[in-house]
Amino acid sequence: MSSVKIELRQDQIEKIDSICESFGNQEGELINVLHKSQETFGYLPAEVQEVISEKMEIPAAKVYGVVTFYSFFSMIPKGEFPVSICTGTACYVRGAETVLNEFKKQLEIEVGETSTDGKFSLSCLRCVGACGLAPVVTVGDKTYGRVAPDDVKEIISEYLK
Amino acid sequence: MPVATLTEIPVKKQIRIALRNCGVINPEKIEDYIVRDGYFALGMVLSEMTPENAIGVIKDSGIRGRGGAGFPTGLKWEFASKSMSEQKYVVCNADEGDPGAFMDRSILEGDPHTVLEAMALCGYCIGANTGYIYIRAEYPLAIARLKTAISQAREFGFLGKSIFGSEFEFDIHLKYGAGAFVCGEETALIHSMEGLRGEPSLKPPFPSESGYLGKPTNVNNVETYANIPVIFLKGAEWFSGIGTEKSKGTKVFALAGKVNNVGLVEVPMGITLREVIFEIGGGIKDGKGFKAVQTGGPSGGCLTEKHLDTPIDYENLIACGSMMGSGGMIVMDEDDCMVSIAKFFLDFTVEESCGKCSPCRIGNKRLYELLDRICTGKGEMPDLDRLRNLSEVIKDTSLCGLGQSSPNPVLSTLNNFYHEYVSHVEDKKCQAGVCRDLLEYFIIEENCVGCTACARACPVGAISGERKEPHLINPDTCIKCGACLEKCKFDAVILR
Ligand SMILES: Cc1cc2nc3c(=O)[nH]c(=O)nc-3n(C[C@H](O)[C@H](O)[C@H](O)COP(=O)(O)O)c2cc1C
Ligand code: SF4
Ligand code: SF4
Ligand code: SF4
Repeated sequence: MSSVKIELRQDQIEKIDSICESFGNQEGELINVLHKSQETFGYLPAEVQEVISEKMEIPAAKVYGVVTFYSFFSMIPKGEFPVSICTGTACYVRGAETVLNEFKKQLEIEVGETSTDGKFSLSCLRCVGACGLAPVVTVGDKTYGRVAPDDVKEIISEYLK
Repeated sequence: MPVATLTEIPVKKQIRIALRNCGVINPEKIEDYIVRDGYFALGMVLSEMTPENAIGVIKDSGIRGRGGAGFPTGLKWEFASKSMSEQKYVVCNADEGDPGAFMDRSILEGDPHTVLEAMALCGYCIGANTGYIYIRAEYPLAIARLKTAISQAREFGFLGKSIFGSEFEFDIHLKYGAGAFVCGEETALIHSMEGLRGEPSLKPPFPSESGYLGKPTNVNNVETYANIPVIFLKGAEWFSGIGTEKSKGTKVFALAGKVNNVGLVEVPMGITLREVIFEIGGGIKDGKGFKAVQTGGPSGGCLTEKHLDTPIDYENLIACGSMMGSGGMIVMDEDDCMVSIAKFFLDFTVEESCGKCSPCRIGNKRLYELLDRICTGKGEMPDLDRLRNLSEVIKDTSLCGLGQSSPNPVLSTLNNFYHEYVSHVEDKKCQAGVCRDLLEYFIIEENCVGCTACARACPVGAISGERKEPHLINPDTCIKCGACLEKCKFDAVILR
């Protein structure tokens, strides 16, 4: 398990507690609790999962099982500028793979990783519903359409300032 | 990021039922929806019809589920209504995980109230007072619009207690997906709603008998719901007048890939692929040749030239080796390699398989590896039979629809593009020029001026030639690094 060891502060633990409570500590709300927690912390390290497990009285293994089942949940922190490449069918047909490879090369990271300076992370998305603009790349909230491998350098440089 | 809809493109072939309000009304104003007869069907049904009569209307209309399987909606509602229970649920499947489909998203963003109204109608018919919309977390705008719509509908009394002064009460809540394609499968979706891993379970029992929290639950797709209010307003006869004998009404397709006009189209069932791709879609991009169209996403298949004039409906698409699916329609041209396309979908399946049963978890991985071998020039002829046999086993023995349909892209490309597989295996050639390992770097003699730039760049000394003389690449030494192609200023180096 590639996870970062961290120590939660007391106020962070209380924050998690209050998230669990806002969903009545109900087992059926686990996914909503995880969504809220990831919104708050940016990711879901093992330590956060442990607190949730204790508070909601769900075995940690089960919490972990749910976190790892869903690709939306991440156990490593996202970069400051999360780069996502849509690998839906339309984007694939229009060359998303070469764009992805270019990002890997330029950022020197693989999919699911974060660069050592914490600036960029790379992930693949399954169809953002903008097939008209294929291939599509998103960096944070910003969307780039019809991206070619040659555009990659320029996109990255926008965030290096 | 706006969703492209092809409203401006030949309207003659398009009929807008599910998309009737998208782009026409302000989705954040309930008044706009009401002006377009919104919540009128709900009022009418509550005051004039018994649940049995209302279900009868849906049955008579002939509408079938738009989420993929095409099960008759009226029948589904009847099953749920006949299940005895104090508590029942209405669920809207808004997980839309098919890569290349975005019709549900545009309905939710463009006309959220129609889904709410339809769910309330369903609640009345089956005897449920609570509805859930299971929506992907990746659709933040749709979530926001739904939240707004729900609170407006409550304010106006279309949701809540004694709706339209009747005894009927109904409310709707949201549940969020978290990025798992298999959660679109209805039993997996229900487990996910319960806070568990979204693993499918064996049917029966069907959700209409035992669904969310073990109670009878009716699950329908977003687009299915979007048709419901119109069916009540205009009548079952009107609706069943559109489409083919067994597939009534319209279907929304997300047209994408190598066509000139990409976006959503809503067309009557029975239209041909040719009409959609060449008339509405405006033909193939850059004047290239049409090669195939993929429908049904990872569960579907690739159709070819010979299927272009087949009327599109549930049965015909299955007969051609594909399926309706949720409505993704991806057009491919001569530059697309069909073996790679099959591999692309298998890559998706391998990633999204929940792992619960071995045929799907292990079998699809093996299929992927076979395809990968073929794409990298290591394939042998018996691999093609292995692909076919394994595909059949996976189809027959997987637990849920994901595994049961995942070999379709392989089988349909094997059936329709067998020669491409053969040329990958026997000639080690990829005609479309997609499979890199099967391509070689080559210097065109006429273009080469003999500047030696490539030879100096080559890390393995694979290029020979005298100064000012045409150079030559030795394919046996070449490691395909591409340095020569990058260096040559005279377009003499090509990949072929
Ligand atoms: C792997 C898999 C994925 C599915 N994904 C979806 C989906 O994203 N949206 C959807 O509405 N139905 C999806 N379905 C179909 C549902 O199981 C179910 O049939 C559908 O929601 C029923 O609604 P309908 O009768 O209105 O089509 C999927 C099925 C399978 C097997
Ligand atoms: S067929 Fe695949 S997705 Fe379906 S239950 Fe089996 S392993 Fe899971
Ligand atoms: S770089 Fe191009 S022009 Fe120069 S020798 Fe090589 S192939 Fe010929
Ligand atoms: S592709 Fe690389 S190894 Fe092959 S000839 Fe060109 S420079 Fe040399």
